[in-house]
Amino acid sequence: MIAVIDYGAGNIFSVKNALDYLGLKSVLTNKKEDIENADGLILPGVGAFPSAMKMLEQSGLKETIKTESKKKPFLGICLGMQIIFEKGYEFKECDGLGLISGSVQKMEEEDLIIPHMGWNKLEILNDCPLLSGLDENSYVYFVHSYKAECDDKNIAAYSVYGSRVPALVFDGNTVYGAQFHPEKSGDTGLKILKNFGGLIK
Amino acid sequence: MLAKRIIPCLDVRNGKVVKGVNFEGIKDVGDPVLYAEEYNKQGADEIVFYDITASFEGRGVFLDVVRETAKKVFVPLTVGGGIKTVDDIREALRAGADKVSVNSQAVQNPQLIKDGADIFGSQCICVGIDAKKIAEKKWTVYINGGRVDMKLDLIDWVKKIEKLGAGEICLNSIDADGTKAGFDIEMLDAVCKNVNIPVIASGGAGKIEDFSEVFERTGATAALAASLFHFKELTVGEVKDYCRNRHIIVR
Repeated sequence: MIAVIDYGAGNIFSVKNALDYLGLKSVLTNKKEDIENADGLILPGVGAFPSAMKMLEQSGLKETIKTESKKKPFLGICLGMQIIFEKGYEFKECDGLGLISGSVQKMEEEDLIIPHMGWNKLEILNDCPLLSGLDENSYVYFVHSYKAECDDKNIAAYSVYGSRVPALVFDGNTVYGAQFHPEKSGDTGLKILKNFGGLIK
Repeated sequence: MLAKRIIPCLDVRNGKVVKGVNFEGIKDVGDPVLYAEEYNKQGADEIVFYDITASFEGRGVFLDVVRETAKKVFVPLTVGGGIKTVDDIREALRAGADKVSVNSQAVQNPQLIKDGADIFGSQCICVGIDAKKIAEKKWTVYINGGRVDMKLDLIDWVKKIEKLGAGEICLNSIDADGTKAGFDIEMLDAVCKNVNIPVIASGGAGKIEDFSEVFERTGATAALAASLFHFKELTVGEVKDYCRNRHIIVR
C-alpha cells in the first residue's frame, strides 16, 4: 500500500489515477497511522514552499514524514520534491524537511521564460532504480519556477533549461524526488511510477 | 532543451465534441474521451477541453468527461470555458484538470487571475485571449467568443496578465481563426516580445508548415489546433515529425 499524502496542496487525484491505472494499491491520506503503516510514500504538491511546510507542520505530519521516509521508499513530486531539501527561498527563507542536502532557489536567467513549463529531456547522471528501462530519449513534463541546488551525487537525472535543472534526485537509499510530474509524463512517467512501485516489498 | 508543445483542443457541448468555424455553424463529431485517448497515442503534449455548454446539466456532463479522461490519459489536461469564479477553478481541478483557461471573465474581473494564482498556483492559470487587429501593430481584446470588443489594447492586457500571476497565455487570433491560412505571426510575435511567460499560439492552423513557421518566427512555446486534428487532416505525430525534420525540438 502506497500512502499518497494529502496535506491540502496539489493535484493528488492525478497521482492516485496513475497509481490506479498501474494497479498499484494506494490511499489518499493525512493520517499519521496510514503513513506509518504504508509500504511506500508519495508526497505530491503544487503551490509555494512556505505554505506547504506550514501545512505539514500544522497537520503534525512533518516529523512523521521525516522518520518514515528513512524506513521505506519515499517519492516527492514537484513541490513535494523541493521541500525534501534543507531550505527554500520562495518569497522568504524557509526550512524544508532536510531529507537531502541542498536548497531550492528561484530560476533566474536572462531571457528565460518562467515557469519552466512543458516537456524536457531527461539527461541521466547517475544510476537510479526509478530510471530503469527508460530509453535515452525520454521526455517528462515540468511546471515550476524554482529549482534545486544540490550535490551531483544526489542527481539521478537533470534537464537543461538555461542551465542544469535537477529533475530526479535521490539519497541513495529510500528518498527520491521528481521535479517533473511523473503522473503527467505519459508512458515515461508511468514507467517511473511503476519502478517506484517495484521498490515496495 | 524544452520541447515545443503541440496541443489539440476539443470543443465540447453537452459532453460531445464539436467544432465551430469562426465560432458559428457548429456540428457534432463525437465522444471526447475517445478523442483524448487517440490524441494521447498520437503524442499530444497536452489536451484542452473547451466547454461551450450553456446549461448547468451540461456542465456536470462536461466535468464527467474530464474525470473519465484523467483516469486514462496521463498528460496535462486544461479546462476552458465556463470558468467564472475561484470555485469553478477548484471544481475543474478536482475533476482532474491540471490547468484552467480563463477568458472573458478574466477581462471583466482581472482579480480572478490573481486569486486563482494565489490559491492554486500560477502554473494552473492560463489566460485565453481572443484578439483582433485594428491598426498597424495594434490589436484589441474581444470577449464572449469574439463577439464583443472590449477596446482593451492587447499588449497592455498581456502585461497586466503577467503581473497578476498568470502562468501562461493562450492567444487566439480572431482574424486567423477558421481561415486555415496559418497562425497570426505578427500578433504572436508582438505578444511574445512583451511577456516572459509561455505563450500558446491558437487560430489559423491549416497545414503542416504553419506549425514550424510559428515556432521559427515567434517565441510561442506551444501551438494549439482543433478541427485540423478532429477531422484527421493531420495527426499530432505528423506535425511533430515535420517539426523534428526542421530541427525544432519536439517530444
